[in-house]
Amino acid sequence: MKPDYLYMKASALGTAILILSSGVAPAAAPPEVSSCAACHGASGLGNVAAGFPALAGLPSDYIQQQLFSFKHGARQNAIMTGIATPLTADQRKAIGDYYAAQPVPAKPEPSPFPTGPGATLATNGDWDHSLSGVPSCDSCHGPAGIGVGTAFPRLAGLPKAYIAAQLAAWQKGTRENDPQHLMQTIARKLSTAQIDAVATYYASLPANPTQLPGETEPEGAK
Amino acid sequence: MRAVHGAVLAAGVMLSISSSFAASQTPGTMRTATEPQAQAFTPPPRDAMPAGKLGAEIKLGEQIFRHTTIYAHGTIGNAQNCSNCHLDAGRLAGSSPMWAAYGAYPAYRSKNGKVNNFGMRLQGCFRYSENGKVPALDSKLIVALEAYSYWLSTGAPTGVPLIGRGYPKLPPPSKPPSYTAGEAIYKANCSLCHGADGNGQYVRGQTVFPPLWGPNSFNWGAGMASVKNAAEFIHANMPLGNPSVLSVQHAWDVATYIDSQERPQDPRFAGSVAQTRKQFHDNEFSFYGKIVNGHLLGSPP
Repeated sequence: MKPDYLYMKASALGTAILILSSGVAPAAAPPEVSSCAACHGASGLGNVAAGFPALAGLPSDYIQQQLFSFKHGARQNAIMTGIATPLTADQRKAIGDYYAAQPVPAKPEPSPFPTGPGATLATNGDWDHSLSGVPSCDSCHGPAGIGVGTAFPRLAGLPKAYIAAQLAAWQKGTRENDPQHLMQTIARKLSTAQIDAVATYYASLPANPTQLPGETEPEGAK
Repeated sequence: MRAVHGAVLAAGVMLSISSSFAASQTPGTMRTATEPQAQAFTPPPRDAMPAGKLGAEIKLGEQIFRHTTIYAHGTIGNAQNCSNCHLDAGRLAGSSPMWAAYGAYPAYRSKNGKVNNFGMRLQGCFRYSENGKVPALDSKLIVALEAYSYWLSTGAPTGVPLIGRGYPKLPPPSKPPSYTAGEAIYKANCSLCHGADGNGQYVRGQTVFPPLWGPNSFNWGAGMASVKNAAEFIHANMPLGNPSVLSVQHAWDVATYIDSQERPQDPRFAGSVAQTRKQFHDNEFSFYGKIVNGHLLGSPP
């Protein structure tokens, strides 16, 4: 009964938020979105303080896949399972399409750009001179973690607690909906300190940077 | 019917690979008693680059290496970064590390029939793997890449083979590599990143997953267009982050599939596909000039 209770509570709250913010949302949200908006916002920008990830601009297919996983157990989360379980494929698509279309405000990268162990893991990986080492996060999630295609979601700007929780979930097997188990394999090679560092790093980056590091060619490169 | 016919043809070609494999393995890999023992080597830490003008050049070389499509824009002719084939920005043993290559030149190369210094070897990468123009030996690109490789090999001996050079040698396949099996392996393990069409994936114009065939890929003259090199690379390094899932046979199969696709013309094109094959691809590891799925590889689609 707990999931149902949470679902109803979130749904009611979401409707309230949707009404309050309806002047801000660019397109009319389908009714299914009300249950998401309570935590992720009607515009899908999430809630950093509470650890709720932004959904705006994520690929619709990715969002749908996560909702499917919550419903069928490949991604375990008491609240999200409760919310996702009653959703049909059409409803998942309506939610995915809606949030995929929400704009993400462009912001400049932090200056100075963060350095340290999190940045190193994200941009260089932790190979330790071994072919079975850890490749950089950016090599699949894109430069500065802005996300690539439908299977490699954005990491930039996600709440630190959320990133760390996902890596821990892959380690424990409570999240196992990653294609080819690529993330599970990588997460299990990471230490707690590495998870903390890399989560801090990506949380400090904007989801939609105005310019990427290395995007401009310096004078005299050729 | 066409696809089946092509697959059969491909299998026929690979039969000859398998049977002549033992003979082709020996040159270059056999050591005589007088050759020095291979040594282990670890490159300096990333943050140990020197200061000053040389340090700046080394840093530039690293940037070119990692972001080739940006820093060598206009010179290269495709969407390939150096670091796509030399993982960990040329630092990783078993992934053709630059520190192992640097001290191995000057060396005679049968590919161009002369003794090459390291800069000339880099020029070869631009011409084939980058499908581009050849930068001059004293160009910023070559000098900076040379500086970066020189720095990576700080403390390494010259004229001594280093453990981790190139890609690890791969045993021959237990059965003839199969285009059809390779296609299934590609769909299950590779297309998530490189795409069903082999064109890779990009974000804001930057290459994230490199193309493996098609107009943005390495050309027919590149080392990776050889099934042997591709199989070695794939078995050691792919899928990125989880390279243990593909067996030796899988690596041969999927390399056969990838290297049976069309890609930019060999810049040494000798007037006809047949003549170019005869001069530059007359070996069991190249599909150039072979007919696969009814298409003569190396000819316009």
